[in-house]
Amino acid sequence: MKRALPILGNIAVLLAGLAILFGLPAFAETYVIINATIFASFAILALSLALIWGYAGILSFGQAAFFGLGGYTYAVAAINFGDTTGAAALAIALPALFAALLGYFMFWGRISDVYLGVITLTVSLILYRFVNQTAGEEWNIGEAPLGGFNGIPGTPILTWPGRPGEQLAPENIFSLAVGLLILVYFGCKALLATRFGRIVVAIRENETRVALLGYDTRLYKLAIFVVGGALGGLSGLMFANSVFVSPTMFSLPVSGQIIIWVIIGGLGTLIGPVVGCILMQILTNWLGTLNQVPGFGWVDPNLVLGVILVVFVLVVPKGLTALVTDAWRWIVTHLSPREREVAPPVEPDRAYPSPSLSPLPRGEGHERRATAESAS
Amino acid sequence: MDYAAILALQISSAVASLVLISLGLAVIFGMMRVINLAHGEFLMLGGYAAITAYNNGVNLWLAMLLVAPLTVGLFGIVVERLIIRHLYGRMIDTMLATWGLSLAMIGFVTVVFGNTVSGISAPLGSLTIGAYRTGAYELFLIVVALVLLAAGWLVLRYTRLGLIARGTMQNAAMASALGVSPSLVYAVTFGVGAALTGLVGGLLAPLSGVVPTIGAAYIAKAFITVISGGAAILSGTAIASGLLGTINTAMTFAFTPVLGEVALLVAAVILLRILPQGITGRFFQRSL
Amino acid sequence: MTAPILETRGLTMRFGGVVAVNGVDFRLQEAELRCLIGPNGAGKSTFFKCLTGQLRPTSGDVLFRDRSIAGSDSHVIARHGVGIKTQVPSVFDGLSVRDNVWLAAARTNPGRLAEQKTDAAIEQVGIGPIVHRIVGQLAHGQRQLVELAMVVAPEPDLILLDEPAAGMTDDEVDRLVDLIKNLNQRHALVVVEHDMQFIRRVAKTVTVFHQGSILVEGDVADILVDARVRDVYLGKQAA
Repeated sequence: MKRALPILGNIAVLLAGLAILFGLPAFAETYVIINATIFASFAILALSLALIWGYAGILSFGQAAFFGLGGYTYAVAAINFGDTTGAAALAIALPALFAALLGYFMFWGRISDVYLGVITLTVSLILYRFVNQTAGEEWNIGEAPLGGFNGIPGTPILTWPGRPGEQLAPENIFSLAVGLLILVYFGCKALLATRFGRIVVAIRENETRVALLGYDTRLYKLAIFVVGGALGGLSGLMFANSVFVSPTMFSLPVSGQIIIWVIIGGLGTLIGPVVGCILMQILTNWLGTLNQVPGFGWVDPNLVLGVILVVFVLVVPKGLTALVTDAWRWIVTHLSPREREVAPPVEPDRAYPSPSLSPLPRGEGHERRATAESAS
Repeated sequence: MDYAAILALQISSAVASLVLISLGLAVIFGMMRVINLAHGEFLMLGGYAAITAYNNGVNLWLAMLLVAPLTVGLFGIVVERLIIRHLYGRMIDTMLATWGLSLAMIGFVTVVFGNTVSGISAPLGSLTIGAYRTGAYELFLIVVALVLLAAGWLVLRYTRLGLIARGTMQNAAMASALGVSPSLVYAVTFGVGAALTGLVGGLLAPLSGVVPTIGAAYIAKAFITVISGGAAILSGTAIASGLLGTINTAMTFAFTPVLGEVALLVAAVILLRILPQGITGRFFQRSL
Repeated sequence: MTAPILETRGLTMRFGGVVAVNGVDFRLQEAELRCLIGPNGAGKSTFFKCLTGQLRPTSGDVLFRDRSIAGSDSHVIARHGVGIKTQVPSVFDGLSVRDNVWLAAARTNPGRLAEQKTDAAIEQVGIGPIVHRIVGQLAHGQRQLVELAMVVAPEPDLILLDEPAAGMTDDEVDRLVDLIKNLNQRHALVVVEHDMQFIRRVAKTVTVFHQGSILVEGDVADILVDARVRDVYLGKQAA
C-alpha cells in the first residue's frame, strides 16, 4: 500500500491534468478559459520555486525577475522579429542565462539562506524599478517600446509554428499552457529521480556532507537555479500571451505570492504548490468579486486572505499536501496495522528563537520538507 | 558652498530615513531572528494612528511622538502573544504568518479608512540655505534618527533592561535559569521594536501621507538595510544606512531619483556578495 | 622509498591569539594506519580539519601524494581519493540508509556499478538490516556506521576518521575494529580517537598531540606506557 502511493498519486495527477486539458474548453466560457490560462501560467511559476526551494533549499525571493524577463523578452523579440516561435525560445533562454549569471555571482560567493533571499529580492526590485521608468522613446528596443509603468502595448500573440499570421485562439493558448504545466510537472519529477536530482536533494539535506563526498555543490546549485529561471521565463511567456506585459511582473507581491503558494501547498512537494497556487487564485478572484456586492464591503480580499493565512500557519503549518498525505497515511495504517510505517522526522522543538549572532542555522529553511518517500 | 550644504543635508536626510525605517526591524530581526514581513504595515499603522489622533484634536507632536508609538507598541505586544510566540525557531512559518498579518492589516485599514490618501502638512516650515530652500522637518528627522540611535545604545549598554535583553537573545535557556522570563523579554522586545516602528510611521506621515498600501514602499529597503548591516543592531543599521543612503543620494543628484534607487539596490547586492554576513558580520563584530 | 600518501610541513592554525596547531610535521605512508590521540584541546580535531579542507591553515602545507592541498575546498580534497568522517556525524537525515550510501558511491561510479558498490559498502560495514530506515531516526552509533559506509563506498585511498567509535555499542565497536583492520590491508587511515580501549585494539602507530604539537610518536605499546603521555592525560586514562 505504501509503495503504491507515489504511483497512484502520479496517475491521479495525470488524469486530473488531462481532464482539465480536454474537458474545460468543452464546458467553459472564454473568460473562464482565459482565467484558467493565467492560473496555469502562475502554476508553472510556482513549480519553479517549488523545485529550487523545496528540493534544493534555495529560497529565492525574486522568481518574479525571471517571470518578468520572460514576458518582456517575448514581447520585445516578437515585435521586432515577427517570428513568435523564436521569440518564445528566447523568452526561456534569456531568463535562464540571467539565472546563470546571478547564480554564479551568488553560489561562487557562498551566499545562502537569508542573504540569498535578500539578494534575489533586491535583483527583482532593481528590474522592477528600472523597467517602471522606461516610458519614453529613448527606451525603445528596436521597434518595441518598453512603455514604463504601463507596460508594452500590443504584445503579439503566439502563432502556429511556421505559419505566421495565424494566431493561436484563446482555447489554443489554454491548451498550450495546461499542456506545458503537465509536461513541466512530470519533467521536474523525472529530473529529481536522476542522479543529478538526487544530489541536489542531498545538498538541501546537508551541503557539507555532499562536498565531503567530492561533489562541487556550487555547480549543482547553479544548474537547478538555471532550471528554475528557465521555468520562470516560460511562465512569463504564457502570461504575456494571456494578459499583457507590465512592470508588475517584476514586483514584490508576485515574488511574495509565489512563496505563499509553495508554503500553503507544501514545501518539499511539487503538486502542493500547483494546487495551492490555483486554489489561492480562485479564492482571491472570488473574494474580489464578492467585495463588490453591496453589504459585503467588509469582505476585503486582503483582510480575508490575511486572516486565512495566519490561521493556516498556526493550525496547519505543513501545508495542504502534508495534510492530505497525513490523512491518507492515517487511513492506511488504520486499515492495515501491519503496514505501520516509519514516522516522518520530527522537527526540533523550539521553545525559543534561535540565539547567536550568526545567520540562521542550517535546517531553519528546511523544516517543512516532506519525507523523501512522500515527495510528490 | 550652499550647494555643498544642501547636498550634505540631502545625504543626511536619506541616511536618516533609512535608519528610521530600519531600526524597528533591526531590533526585531537582530535580537529575535524574527522576520516580520508586516513591518511596512506597522509603519503604516503608526501613520494612521498619528493622523487620526491629530484629526480628532490631539496636538500634532503628541500624536506623532506619543499616540503612534503607544498604539503600535501595544498592537505589537498583542501580535507577539497571539501569533509570533507560537512560531519561534520556525522562520518560514513566521514569514508566512507575518505576510498574512500584513495583508490583514492592509485590508482592515482599507475597510475602516478607505483607499484614499490622508495627509497632514509638514510642520516646522522651511529653511533657507543660501539660494536653496528645504523643509526644516527633514532636519528634525535627522536629529530624531541620531537621538534614537544614541538612546538605543545607551539602553543596551548601560541599563539593566538592555543587559537582560542582550543576555536572553544570546542564550535564552541560561537567562531562564537565572530567573529571567524569556517570554516576557520577547514580548517586550517585540513591543519595543513595534513602538519604534510606529513612532517612525507617525513621524513620516507628514512627508508622504498615508494610504493602506504605503508599507510596501518601505519593507524592501528596510529589509535590505538590516540584512546588509549584519548582526549588530545599532552599528549595523547605522553603517549600512550611511553607505546605502549616500550612494542613493549621490546617484540621484547625478542622474535621476529612479537611478538613485537602482544604485542603492545594486550597492546592496555587491555589499552582500563581498560581505556575506553583512557589514558587522566582519567589521565591528562586538558592537551593539 | 615511495612518497608518503599524506604529509604536513610546519602546519599551523591560529585563531586570533590562540595557536591551536603549532608547526606540525606529520607523515603517513601508503596503507599505513595511524591513530591520533591527546587530551581535549590538544589540537587533534583542528589538525584533522586542516586535512579535510574544513579549515584553511594559517601557514604550512598539507600534501597528498606530494600535491599541495592546504586550503583546498573539501570537494577537491575528496576527489583526490580521500574519505572523510567528521566528529559529529554528517549524514543525510531525511534520506534512507541506502540513499545515503548510494550518494557516496555515485560520485565515482556510473549507473549499475554505483548500485553494486553501494551494496558492497553496506555489506562491508554490516548495516544491511537497517538499509531502508531513515537515517535521522537511527541511534548515534548506527549513524556513525552509516557514515562509515559512505566513507568506504567510493573506495578512497586515504581514510580520515574523527572519533568513529563515539556512541557505539560494544557490538558496533567490534564491527568497527574489524572494518578498520580490513580497510588497512589496502588503504591508509588516520583515526582520531579518545577511547583508549579502542586504540589498544586497533592501533599500530600512535601520534600523541599536546597543546598543538606532536608530543611523541611511536608504536602503540611503547606510547601507552610512556610517562610523558600519562602525565599529559593527568592519569585520567589508565595505560
